[in-house]
Amino acid sequence: MAITSIKNLKEFSTNNDRFEGALTLCPGCAHSMIVRELMNCTDDNLVIASNTGCLEVSTAVYPFTSWDTSWIHIGFENAATAVTGAEAMHKARKRKGTLKDNDAPVKFVAFGGDGSTFDIGFQWLSGAVERGHDFTYICLDNENYANTGGQRSSATPIGAHTSTAQAGTHSYGKKQKKKDIVAIMAAHGAPYVAQLAPNKWKSMAKGFQKALETEGPCFINTVSPCCTEWKFDPKDTINITDLATDSLMFPIYEIIDGHELNILYRPKNVLKVEDYLAAQGRYKHLFKPENRHVIDEIQKNIDEYWEMLQRREEARV
Amino acid sequence: MQDLKLKAADKRGIHQLGGDELVGWDEVTQGIILTSFEGDASNVAHLKAEERNYSDFNSYTATVASWRVQKPVFNIDVCIDCQNCWVWCPDTSIISRDKQMLGIDYDHCKGCEVCVEVCPTNPKSLLMFNEQEDLETALSQWPEKKKKEK
Ligand SMILES: Cc1ncc(C[n+]2csc(CCOP(=O)(O)OP(=O)(O)O)c2C)c(N)n1
Ligand code: SF4
Ligand code: SF4
Ligand code: SF4
Ligand SMILES: [Mg+2]
Repeated sequence: MAITSIKNLKEFSTNNDRFEGALTLCPGCAHSMIVRELMNCTDDNLVIASNTGCLEVSTAVYPFTSWDTSWIHIGFENAATAVTGAEAMHKARKRKGTLKDNDAPVKFVAFGGDGSTFDIGFQWLSGAVERGHDFTYICLDNENYANTGGQRSSATPIGAHTSTAQAGTHSYGKKQKKKDIVAIMAAHGAPYVAQLAPNKWKSMAKGFQKALETEGPCFINTVSPCCTEWKFDPKDTINITDLATDSLMFPIYEIIDGHELNILYRPKNVLKVEDYLAAQGRYKHLFKPENRHVIDEIQKNIDEYWEMLQRREEARV
Repeated sequence: MQDLKLKAADKRGIHQLGGDELVGWDEVTQGIILTSFEGDASNVAHLKAEERNYSDFNSYTATVASWRVQKPVFNIDVCIDCQNCWVWCPDTSIISRDKQMLGIDYDHCKGCEVCVEVCPTNPKSLLMFNEQEDLETALSQWPEKKKKEK
């Protein structure tokens, strides 16, 4: 396997840029930071499928493609199905010796937004992981259906304003908690499951390489701040990601074989979630006196979850 | 000062996205295949942009320069080649070769300012200027090193 050196950023930067320019994501969009890192951390041939969403529409603007490798889009929900079909075919042809180059290493990757991963494509993802294909699924989690105007998804956290869970005189935004997709995918018994973030580029590249190298189905949820729907200045994408990881709103960790949990990043100074919320327009209403209880609830959820992660890491079960 | 003869394949930025030669949405063939490269592409992952044989379908041959209102300007004299800008640029617009930052790909940069934010030097080695500003003038206006606030 031709993984590239990620010892430090200087070494990493000597690798070829594989994700081509003039894609049409919003300026400052984290989706492409994540995809670039995935593609740049390997020299292997990739077969990639994308679900419908911002990434897909912005990298296949007819008559252009921004992919330097085999890439397919079929529908909103079926990237996991498409890419695992290709993986099964590749395996069969390899066995029969009918490939052009039988030894060329190929990795199979699917990208989906949170809408297609947590909600609409969930059964396709679950089925592909259960069948045990050798592929990596990466969710670009921006906590809303961004490409269609910012509707709430089951990845939207409690208290966030979205176009279908609006904050106003009678509502503080979304009332339900975020679905715990990492735990759900770990419960499938997948050999490698992780949550990673683009500000921590090294743990992200390491996690991507681990997933590509691991045989079997791997799942990675990546935090992908969306300046358009989270309502912050595009230049602040990495600053917001720092607030997300350092407030533990998005803890960085991996789960091996469904049980061995490792925390990959421990902030030196854990920030209050208020700092993270205050930096984004979608949480502005929470700072009204009548909504303060929602901030308290979010903080309580974070503290409890962090405690749980630490105990599970310690217990090794 | 600034070497702008950046590494590029001949074809970078020759197409305008959404140009008028496009067919209508109801004229596009379903199930279409676009080839990213001319000829054999089996080894392409090992090639740098200037070595890649781009086809006209590759978005590398297109430009999004018209999206910008402001542009980042690079001052090589202050740069420490940390590659922060390279890893976090969302538009593959930081050109680095042999561990050195060479400059900005203005055909693909959208002016998001992320590179300026993540640049650690003092003064910064990347700063935003009006799109119309010429590079010499921009560089002549570079700020001095800032004293640490107490
Ligand atoms: C079956 C189906 N339902 C709905 C849509 C419309 N649609 C296209 S993109 C999109 C939003 C995608 O959201 P997400 O998966 O979170 O990706 P993001 O755009 O946020 O990256 C929706 C609802 C569709 N194309 N197909
Ligand atoms: S709407 Fe959000 S996710 Fe979509 S391209 Fe813009 S910043 Fe990226
Ligand atoms: S302004 Fe944005 S797109 Fe342009 S080089 Fe900097 S980070 Fe890249
Ligand atoms: S972030 Fe600044 S110092 Fe680092 S390589 Fe880029 S321009 Fe140079
Ligand atoms: Mg989304």
